[in-house]
Amino acid sequence: MSSLATEPPAGSAQQGLPGGTRGSGHGRRSSPMSWRWGDRLVLAAAWIAGISLCLVAAAIVIYMGFRGISYLRPGLIFSRPLTSGSQAGSGGFLDPLVGTVLLTVIGIVLALPLGLASAVWITEYGRPGWLARVVESSIEVVAGTPDIVIAIFGLAVFQLSLFAPFSFTAEGGGVYGRSFLAAGAMMSLLALPPLYAATRDGLQAVPGHMREAAFALGKTRITTIRRVLLPSVRSNIATGATLGISRIIGSTAIVLILLGSTLRLESQGSIPGIDVLRGTGSSLTGYIYDNSPAGEGGAPQKAYAAAFVLLIFVLLLNMLVDRIGRAHADSMGMTAVGPVV
Amino acid sequence: MLERLKTPWPDHRAERMLGAVSLLVGVVIVAMVVFVAARAWPIFEHNGLSWMLGGGDFEAEIARMNAANTNPPAAVYHLRAWPLIYGTLLTSTIAVALGMVISILSSIFIVELAPARLRKVVIPMIRLLASVPSVIYGLIGILVLAPFVGNDLITTHERESVQNVVQLTGAGLGVTVVILTVMITPIMIALICEALLSVPPSWREGAVALGLNPLRAVLAVTLRAIRPAIVAAAVLASARAVGEAIMIQMVSGGKTFAPKPIDGLAFFFEPLRTLASAIVDYHEGISSPALGAAVYAFALLLLFSAFFLSVAGYLVKLPLRKYQSRG
Repeated sequence: MSSLATEPPAGSAQQGLPGGTRGSGHGRRSSPMSWRWGDRLVLAAAWIAGISLCLVAAAIVIYMGFRGISYLRPGLIFSRPLTSGSQAGSGGFLDPLVGTVLLTVIGIVLALPLGLASAVWITEYGRPGWLARVVESSIEVVAGTPDIVIAIFGLAVFQLSLFAPFSFTAEGGGVYGRSFLAAGAMMSLLALPPLYAATRDGLQAVPGHMREAAFALGKTRITTIRRVLLPSVRSNIATGATLGISRIIGSTAIVLILLGSTLRLESQGSIPGIDVLRGTGSSLTGYIYDNSPAGEGGAPQKAYAAAFVLLIFVLLLNMLVDRIGRAHADSMGMTAVGPVV
Repeated sequence: MLERLKTPWPDHRAERMLGAVSLLVGVVIVAMVVFVAARAWPIFEHNGLSWMLGGGDFEAEIARMNAANTNPPAAVYHLRAWPLIYGTLLTSTIAVALGMVISILSSIFIVELAPARLRKVVIPMIRLLASVPSVIYGLIGILVLAPFVGNDLITTHERESVQNVVQLTGAGLGVTVVILTVMITPIMIALICEALLSVPPSWREGAVALGLNPLRAVLAVTLRAIRPAIVAAAVLASARAVGEAIMIQMVSGGKTFAPKPIDGLAFFFEPLRTLASAIVDYHEGISSPALGAAVYAFALLLLFSAFFLSVAGYLVKLPLRKYQSRG
């Protein structure tokens, strides 16, 4: 194994693929023109596949941008949704925008302690071993569970009378089970896996001598974690949280099932602040769905405008992840070598 | 009080606290299975496992469940949901098969062929495809692709050939599979690229030295070495495809129908419904006990396939470990 894996001697003839970046030697290059037909077809297919995926992505962004710019008016962002049969009278999406922000905040606030604690416990303690494996595989299972199943599980849980304070009780005595708190709690399950994975990878990459230095100064494990390890993986945590946020703002299933079908924020109860959280509403994704032909609104222009805003958020979050990764790599004196995609 | 919080905890207490918080996730998983199974139980009680088979009129059964009030008679619970399972299998199998070809080719393109400058553009673009929310895919599907297919691709001949069975509107299998493929390809590309990069370049160089042309060397050596990763990528992608609900609900035509390959080209235009999209379709009737049980039964089946697929993904990735030692 290891002998195969060692680098070839410097003088060996390296042959790169045409235009390839791996081989940089001066050996004789074989031209694709001399290849067999089958190989030339595969070569062409690989180029076509790669380029056309990019074109699809570009087409989506350009099309949504075009539609968004032609339908988006500042008034839409700052006005509340109204019930109306026509697209002109149905107001804007201020409430769904607020809803998206609320869900993101609740989801991340719940996911952060959970994700950090599990990542720290797994990498720094992880005893007994079987329990650590249980936790690890549970998070993997959460990551693989479809969000529609998470949503419907949340509905079953929050309809228990135990959780009545989180939504409200209908006249018949049944608990409604749909509220920002319920939806946000389930959103935290979406944000958990990327947050956990990023933090764990960061902690595993911290060199052991940093821990040993802290122990040598007489610090306990938990002080080392708080004062040395967590500060040094801040950027990993930020990356994980950003990935989590982009999963939260993109989730439609949880919003549809756990937030009722009102477009405006409807508060429940009389305690200011809490009443909104206990109440129902919508998010940008829910608004898009509702206004598309699949929902009931039938206001595609509003759906396009909201989708454009959502796509801009997603693009910004993507850029943020890139930025954090690059800044981190710079500060550590490394070149940015992450997962390819 | 604040002072006490600021003083560092004793180590053993911190360990126990962190462990307890971590275990919460496990508790959530157990609760998920228990709750969903408990709500789905009436369906299993009345149908056994045969609710997954065919032979009934699914939409009539759902309508009967929806109409029934509390304490419905046992006959109402009768359910045969094979069309949903068939729809789920059909869409995810085709999408994963298509996606596998595309993602292997584009991974080779990204890792081996693309000049560095092009690669800097391609990678963020594909990452973008992965992060577009499914509702936006659904919106594009229902407002752009489905009308295009309905107006320009479906010929009168195809419309007439199945007109006694189903109306072809444009939304259906073809649009669903195309969008689903675009959605799952980035996941597969990420895993396959990672694996391609982990194969020692000297393996391929050895093959080139033996006289293979560079592309053939990649196909014969590198690709062969990462076969487990390709399978793992397919498994993870099918987990995503099986669970996709919103997009499929929007573009699949909203009719329970099992597309028949025997219909020729019309097959690709026929509507369908999957397990996940059925949950979206019927979630408003969840308070009716029979329909609620049916919806939770669909969710339970999805949950089990997700478990199964993540275990399968873990198992097929095991042989890959031998490359990991290289770092």
